[in-house]
This record gives sequence, C-alpha cells and structure tokens, in this order.
Amino acid sequence: MGSLFRSEEMTLCQLFLQSEAAYACVSELGELGLVQFRDLNPDVNAFQRKFVNEVRRCDEMERKLRYLEKEIKKDGIPMLDTGESPEAPQPREMIDLEATFEKLENELREVNQNAEALKRNFLELTELKHILRKTQVFFDEAAPTLTLTRSRYQQMADSQKDEEQVQLLGEEGIRATQQGQNLKLGFVAGVILRERLPAFERMLWRACRGNVFLRQAMIESPLEDPSNGDQVFKSVFIIFFQGDQLKTRVKKICEGFRATLYPCPEAPADRREMAMGVMTRIEDLNTVLGQTQDHRHRVLVAAAKNLKNWFVKVRKIKAIYHTLNLFNLDVTQKCLIAECWVPVLDTETIQLALRRGTERSGSSVPPILNRMQTFENPPTYNRTNKFTKAFQALIDAYGVANYREMNPSPYTIITFPFLFAVMFGDLGHGSIMMLFGLWMILKEKPLAAKKSDNEIWNIFFGGRYIIFLMGAFSMYTGLIYNDIFSKSLNIFGSQWRIVYNTSTVMDNKVLQLDPGSDAYLQYPYPFGMDPIWQVASANKIIFQNAYKMKISIIFGVVHMIFGVSLSLLNHRYFRNRVSILFEFIPQMIFLIFLFFYMVLLMFIKWFKYSASNVAPNSSACAPSILITFINMVLFKAPNEPTKNCEAYMYAGEGFFEKLLVIIAVLCIPWMLLGKPIHIMRERKHQNLKPIEPVENGDAEVGLNAQEHGGEAAAAHGHDNEELSEVFIHQAIHTIEYVLGSVSHTASYLRLWALSLAHAQLAEVLWNMVLAIPLKKSGFSPAILLYLVFGAWAALTIGILVLMEGLSAFLHTLRLHWVEFQSKFYVGAGYAFQPFSFEAILEAGGQAATEE
Amino acid sequence: MKICGPKLSLCGLIVSVWGIVQLVLMGVFYYIHSVALIEDLPEFEYENPEQFYTNVNNAYNQNAFNCWIAACIYVFTLILSGQQFYANSRSSTA
Repeated sequence: MGSLFRSEEMTLCQLFLQSEAAYACVSELGELGLVQFRDLNPDVNAFQRKFVNEVRRCDEMERKLRYLEKEIKKDGIPMLDTGESPEAPQPREMIDLEATFEKLENELREVNQNAEALKRNFLELTELKHILRKTQVFFDEAAPTLTLTRSRYQQMADSQKDEEQVQLLGEEGIRATQQGQNLKLGFVAGVILRERLPAFERMLWRACRGNVFLRQAMIESPLEDPSNGDQVFKSVFIIFFQGDQLKTRVKKICEGFRATLYPCPEAPADRREMAMGVMTRIEDLNTVLGQTQDHRHRVLVAAAKNLKNWFVKVRKIKAIYHTLNLFNLDVTQKCLIAECWVPVLDTETIQLALRRGTERSGSSVPPILNRMQTFENPPTYNRTNKFTKAFQALIDAYGVANYREMNPSPYTIITFPFLFAVMFGDLGHGSIMMLFGLWMILKEKPLAAKKSDNEIWNIFFGGRYIIFLMGAFSMYTGLIYNDIFSKSLNIFGSQWRIVYNTSTVMDNKVLQLDPGSDAYLQYPYPFGMDPIWQVASANKIIFQNAYKMKISIIFGVVHMIFGVSLSLLNHRYFRNRVSILFEFIPQMIFLIFLFFYMVLLMFIKWFKYSASNVAPNSSACAPSILITFINMVLFKAPNEPTKNCEAYMYAGEGFFEKLLVIIAVLCIPWMLLGKPIHIMRERKHQNLKPIEPVENGDAEVGLNAQEHGGEAAAAHGHDNEELSEVFIHQAIHTIEYVLGSVSHTASYLRLWALSLAHAQLAEVLWNMVLAIPLKKSGFSPAILLYLVFGAWAALTIGILVLMEGLSAFLHTLRLHWVEFQSKFYVGAGYAFQPFSFEAILEAGGQAATEE
Repeated sequence: MKICGPKLSLCGLIVSVWGIVQLVLMGVFYYIHSVALIEDLPEFEYENPEQFYTNVNNAYNQNAFNCWIAACIYVFTLILSGQQFYANSRSSTA
C-alpha cells in the first residue's frame, strides 16, 4: 500500500565506515536527511566520547560567532542571508575557520576595550564640564546678595577667600563668620546618579548633624554609561563644610554612594581656564572616538557578509562530530560502526550518498550498509509534501501513529475542511478565508523566504492549504445554506408564491404559506435552501434547525462508521483475526443497528411524509425521529396516533426495532468477554503443549517472530499480560466504545450548534451595524454608509472570520481527534527524526533568534 | 508625500477594494428591487398597496444610489491608500 495511508517501512541497518571516510559519509547523509542514527554508547558520558574535542572546538567557534552576531546587531548592520547552505567543510578547513574567528574576535575585543576606555574618559570630561557649568551657576546666584551684604559687612570680608564664602552662604554664612572666630569653609563637587540623590542628601544631613550645606542641579541630557551603554541621568552636587573632620566624613559618604568627585578650583578665573581646557580635550576625544567607531564598523561590515555562511558551516561540522560520537569504534580502530533506522525505499539513495562520500574522502574501501533484524518498534515516518504536511501535523499533534498503523491524515484532507465548513457555512466569510489562503499559496516563495519570527503568522502560513480548503468548502456550504453575510441569493427563483388577495395581505401582520397548497410550486429549489426562508423571520430558525440537526447526525454517524471500518484495515494488516471477530464486528453491528438505523429513519421520514400527501402520509402525521429512537431503545410502544395517522412509519417497525436493539445489546458482552476468553483458552492450550525453549534465548525468539511476521507484533502485547489485566482492559475498551457511540453521536450536534451560532451572529452584525445607514432615508446616509461599512468590515473579519473561524477550527479538530480517531487510531508511536542538516540549521537559527 | 504607514495604507487598500465590490453589488441588488434586502429599507407609513409600492420603489432606488455614492467614496479611498502604499513601498526599497 502507498506510503500515504501508512507510515514508511523502516529497517534497522548497520553501517561500517572507514575512519577516514566517516566524516565525508556522514556529511553526505546529513545533506540527504533520511537516516536516524542510534546512540551506540549510551553509558558513555558526553566528555568521554571520541570526538569530544572537535565538538568543543565547534562550540567555541559558535560562541565567537554569536559574539560577532551580537555586536553586529548592536550596530544595526544588515546581515547578508543568501539562504544557500554551503557544504560541510573538510575537517582540515576547521583550523582556518578557527584562526579567522580568533583574529576577528580579538580585533573586535580590542576595539571595544579601547572604545570603552575612551568613552569612560569622555564621560569623566563631560561630567567635569557639567560640574564647572553648574557650580558657576551656584556661585553666580550668590552675587546679587553679595552686593547687599558687602556694603554692610565690608570690613568683615578681608580676604578673597572670605568674600567667596560670603557669596556662597549669603547672610547666614556671614552671620556665622561673624559669630565664629576664624571660619574657613571648604567644598567638594561631584556627580551622582539622580535616583541616589535623596538618600544621599539625608545621609549627609544625619551623618554631619546638619553642618554641611548641599546644593544640587540636574544634568538635563542623559549620559552614557560606558560599561553597558545605558543612558543614565545624573545630578551635579556641591557640598560646603567646615573643617577637615567633616571633609573626610563627606568624602566617605560620597564614596559610599558611588559619587564621582572632581577637583574644582576655587578661583573663578581658574575655573574658566579649566573649562576651556576640558572643552578642547572633549573635542579631541570626539575625533578619536569617531575613528574608533569607524574602524569597528568596518570590521563588523566585513564580518556580516560571511556570518550566516560561517554559522552554517560551523553548525554542520558540529552536527557531524556529534553524530560520529554516537558510533562504535571497531576493535582495530580502523572503522566506525553505526546503527541507523532507514526507510526501505530509500536504501538505494543512501548507498549512493555513501559512495559519494567515500569518493570525496579519497578512500578506497567502500562503506557497508547491512540490514539487521530487530524486535524494536521502528519509528514512524510519514513522507509529506508541502500540501500534506499541515494535515499530518494536525494528526501528529494528537499522537504519532504506531509503526505502520493506518494514517488518518489522507482522509482528514477532505473531512477536516468539510466538517469545518458545515459550521462556518457562509459564502462571504468563506470567500474571505479562501482569498487569504489563495494569496498565501500564490505568494508562497517570497513569503517563505521572509522567515518571519511572528508565531501567529507562521501558524497561518504553515496552514495555508488548510485555510484555502476550509474557505473553499465554506463557500460551498454557504451556497447550500444560502447565506452570504446573512443575506440570501435568489439565483434560480424561489419556489414560493403569495396566494393571498390584497385585503388579506394588508390586514395581517404575519401570514402563513402552506406548502401543501398552491403557495409552493411542489418542486424544491434546485440547489440548497430556498431564498424565501431568509425573509421568513418567524420560523426560519425552526426550519433550519430541523435540517441542520439531521445532517449533523447523518455526517457524524457516517464519519464514525468510516472510522470503525478503518480499524478493519488495521486489524487485517496486523493479521489480528481475534480483534476482527471480537472487536470490529460487534462494534460495527452496534453502531449500524442503533445509530445508522436512526439515520435511515430520517431518510424514510423525508421521503414518506409531505405536506401535499393525504392522511397517513401527510406532514401532520410525521413522527419525531428522536422520540421514535428513544421509544425503540426503551422498548416502549409509540403514543396513540392522532386521527387517520399511523403509529409506525412502516409495517413491522416495532418488531424490527426490538430485534435490532436486542442484537445491538448482545454485542456488548460479545465485545466484553470474547477476546479475553479467547486468550484464556489459547493459553490453556499452550500450557498443555511441552514448554518450548522460546522464552529463554533472544535469538530463537527472533526466528519465531520472523516466521510470524506482523502477527507477532500485534499479538505480542497480550502475551505477557496478566489475564485479569486483559479482562480489565477489554472492559475499559468496551465501556468506552458503547458509551462513546452515544456521546459521540450527540457530540456531532456541535456541527448544528456552531452553524446556528455563526449564522445568527452574522445576522446580528448586519442588523446592528450595516443596516443603520440603510434604514435612513435621503442622500445623507451615503457618507454614513461609507464609514459604517468600514466598521462592519473590521468586525466581520475580527469576530466572524477570525474568532468564529478559530472556534469552528477547534471543534473540527476535536471531532477528528476524539470522535473519529478513537475508533481506530492508537497513536502511541514515536516519530522518525532523521539526521538532517536542514532541520538542525533551522532549529539553530530559531534558538539564536530567541536568545 | 507620506501620511500613513505601510500597514494602514495596506489596510485601506483592502477595505476599499472590498467596499467597492460589495457596495456596487448591493447597489445593483437594490436597483433591481431584490426581496432579500427588503428588511434593510427606511420605514414608512402606507394605507393602500399603491402607496406601498411607490414608497418601496422610492426607497429601493434611494438606497441603490446611496450604496453607489459610498462606493464612489471608496474609490477615492482606494486611490489615496494606493498612492500611500506606493510611496511607502518606494521609500522602503530605496
């Protein structure tokens, strides 16, 4: 059978590689991506393996590249990404690469160090500049008071220094000087982080008992912290104090608060001179800094051109050595032995790749690929293309199939969009979704090349074919429901006519049209719902509910029967005759006799009863299917029929229904006990036979298993199980199935419920939003219509297409995972993870962007 | 001259195209007096069928023209956002 329906046939192979050729061969296999290697030294820890040194060197190279990448990103230099993947370089090229990276890293580090030192210098100078400027303000502020005080206390100001103090401290200072003997005020100036200032001030006050005087001013522009490049805000402060003791104390506090102190000359002339010096030095520094930046930029631009390429190369080398570490070393040290899972169909391609690898390495001894026998479960490998990949992902999200189990994804390709569309049926919303999907499919290549990091976008893009199909199917169901943005299309002409005369129409608010009379032309609308139902505001929902509920149950039962039939294919493939007899047949009978019979009743009702028919077949006599079904299961006679009607739909219905229920109920013990009793008897039978030595030696088990082929794999599970466990398992399965068929059938009603909700929501949106301007007369609503249409469009996309679409999608997913797959799918396998450079590079790239 | 960014102009393009298509079609349906749209007409009083018919016909025609006017405004929006989109795509590639 084709690989689409089951996973690929796998085989375990032993691979003998000559030591010299191993690297080249593994590199070729990595490009191919079809081989999954097994770890042959699981007990050896990572540091004792053969190629640990090489792996470490690769790690080191990768670290250097990451450092380069970080620096390049910091400078915002675009990295050239050609998307091509260079071949893994020869091992000897590794040294060249290492040397290049080493050189680059050292150069960059040196440049960075220099730049940092320069920046620190620059910061100090700028801080000093600010100090000089701000302290100038402090000193100047004191000047006006000075003129006043000077005249009064001129005799006190005997020296230049005292005058300064007068300026700074104003009247209080002078009073202090007046009272004190020989007052000598000192000061320190510095810069401190702004957020530390309040604490600093309080500390100063407390530690010096209020004997110091602090002035501060903010530096408006942020300064760059050279160590980490952050922008920080700082403040300039100046502290006045008296005496050396206070001076040391103040300095200690400054140190504690990481404030930087700068020498500030006391004379204004000196200060001016110093400011001039600082300015020139800042300018010099700026030119040097600019040159350093230029140099750094040149180095980085050169590196950016090759960075992606280097990353690919290093990651490939690392992956190869990592794989080589999984291999076993031959006793002679001449060759490496690997074990790997390989798809049987691809052995030829793998052989070819190995031969290419050998030629490349110049070795003369060809590698040997040897198929092995094994009892292990092989990995599950479903070959996918870009179309089936998304569907397979939906299935694998539930559980990876067992080896060679029926793969539900081919059927999902049709059933998934279809069940979605039953819930999402609207021509307008469907076409929006389809156009979006179509756009993504048509623009596939440029969009895929963009490699967006946006997770939501990637989900949409990955599921573009699903979205397209869901949209297209929704357009179809929308036509069937005759729903386009909650309005209907009268394509073929309604089959209903007004039969009332003018006065009746004028006098009555609501009128009924009888389908039995001339009002209905007796031919149904050719395709889907008659458009007249859209204006039948009184009973539109009632009419549609009856229809949608019934088709939900019909689709559900058919879907489940299909699922059970797939289990037959599974049982036949694994030659599990017992399961066919004691599981598949009773399951099928149970489902068909109860639920498919109910579906048949619906069809009988549809065909038999009509409004235009006479008495026993008229619409008034039609029974309720649900009541009929409940009566059938409870063995209850139907209620007394009304006049001229019949209690049953067809002759002998009562007896036939009883028979069906009895047989269906008998299926339950059949399922419950059949398989365990069979196993019990078989074991007794085996015990009578002389004990074979099979249980002891692995080799012999192998021989046995080989003979029985697939049968062994399936029956194996029960062989070593306790009998009581077999009973319990079977009981759980049976109860699950029996209760499941009831609840799952009911669960398919969500198709109706969501479809109803979607249609109603669309109608509400139309009536509450778009209908507002349409219900206004005159020409002015045209502008309003223009604006309201935009709002309506946004709400349609946001609520009806996105949110409703998501909810319908989740419900469809549930119907597939639970209701459909529970009938046949085990999903307890493990996925085939081939050694492939493509996957490794993709994973590496993603990890890098997340950092 | 750029007024809006690339996303807004793209959004304007899509809504305009949609608006033109849907409003022109709705206008056509109003113009041919489609029964499906009878609930979306201005309300009016009537006493006899003739009055009802004249009123309804007027309302249908009125709404048809309103739809087409709105569609025309969307044509302007389309041109504007198209120009913006063009300007944005040129500045981003340059």
